[in-house]
Amino acid sequence: MLTIATWAAIMMVGGAIALTLWRLWQGPGIADRILALDTLTINAIALVLLADVALDTSVYFEAALLMAMMGFVGTVALAVFVRRGTIIE
Amino acid sequence: MSEIIISLLLLLGSAFLLIGAIGLARLPDLFMRLHGPTKATTLGIGALVVASVVHGRTLAPLVVMLFLFITAPVVAHMVALCAQRPPREDEE
Repeated sequence: MLTIATWAAIMMVGGAIALTLWRLWQGPGIADRILALDTLTINAIALVLLADVALDTSVYFEAALLMAMMGFVGTVALAVFVRRGTIIE
Repeated sequence: MSEIIISLLLLLGSAFLLIGAIGLARLPDLFMRLHGPTKATTLGIGALVVASVVHGRTLAPLVVMLFLFITAPVVAHMVALCAQRPPREDEE
């Protein structure tokens, strides 16, 4: 049962990634694209956590933590750059 | 027993991620689209992290959940500020 639930969850996260990529392609403004990139990072973290369960280990959460930190820094840097024109004064 | 709990948490979390992505793709305005990822995906990641904690019997993945719970509102605020252009003169 856990295998079926894991694969169903992976498929749902894959659908979420497809919708987010569509918004990243389509999005009318730059803010939509930044938001779509941040959502893509969160979906990738979800895939790493699902791989943790699917492969029956618990070592990949460090990769998830690194992706969370780098995604946050990247999103804030993009938003500040679009807003002000510079990142570091 | 724990297998049932893990399966339900996995399905709940990925369903919330999918709902957040549908909101991101379908809602008509940017400030509406901010709601989908910043709220639904936070709960989705929370459920997936709790499933990983129950599965691995270690509390370490809770750090990911704590970090995302702190940074998701900050990211939403920055994106909303970035959409409100040009910046007002009286703020710095």
